[in-house]
Amino acid sequence: MATEQKNPVKKVNIICAKGAVEDVYATLILGNGAVMEGIEANIFFTFFGLDAIIKSRMDKLHTAVVGNPALRLPGGMRMPTLLGVIPGMEAFTSWMMKKEMDKLDIPPVSEFLDLITAGGGKIYACKLAMDMFKFRKEDLSEHVIDILTVGEFYELAGGEGSHIIFT
Amino acid sequence: MAQKIYAGKPVDVNEEGYFTDPSQWTKEIAVEIAKEENIELTEQHFAIIEFLRNRHSGGDPLSIRSINHSGVIDVKTFYQLFPGAPLKKATKIAGIPKPASCV
Repeated sequence: MATEQKNPVKKVNIICAKGAVEDVYATLILGNGAVMEGIEANIFFTFFGLDAIIKSRMDKLHTAVVGNPALRLPGGMRMPTLLGVIPGMEAFTSWMMKKEMDKLDIPPVSEFLDLITAGGGKIYACKLAMDMFKFRKEDLSEHVIDILTVGEFYELAGGEGSHIIFT
Repeated sequence: MAQKIYAGKPVDVNEEGYFTDPSQWTKEIAVEIAKEENIELTEQHFAIIEFLRNRHSGGDPLSIRSINHSGVIDVKTFYQLFPGAPLKKATKIAGIPKPASCV
């Protein structure tokens, strides 16, 4: 339904601080959805979210199988903790999730960032997190345009119709 | 459902201006809709419009990712050809329903 908005969303600034598959993809879908609607998007990766923009890690994200109360087996039963601790269970579950996403035409993280940057979305890394995890600029994927402090992030998050989203 | 006149022909559209019957589409109509969106159609525009129409009639869901795999243009060019909201604009001009995709 197209309704005339009095205060349309003009810009979104999305912060991604967690590195599990579901957290990163929530960020990427919000970001891509924004640029697909002509909304300006800035995405800021910090802490474990950095995994999504580190070249060697970005397409190998996992989901938690232990301590993830919302995780269910096919059939609806909750994933029992004792099943989750079996070696390989995390990798297998993460692989199954990726397969389901691929069926829905959801791309791997690197390709997703291609789509977002092609639409004008901007990707940033957090300086504090980079220092803490001892990453260097060379570790980051080429989609990242800058490494920012929190103050610099707030500066570019300003403007009318601008929203900050924490995923 | 309403009717609009494009290129002298009446066309069935929904409240957002999207075709309810893709078979009523012609190239001349596309040019007129594009003018409403301030876009002048070129060969490239028509090439990707044809790709989108083929995908729609083939029953495949539309996504912006499919543009990269189209072999016609890449996503960056797609954003340049249809500035702002490319999939929404392109499907309107192509006479097919608005895509209900999150990708």
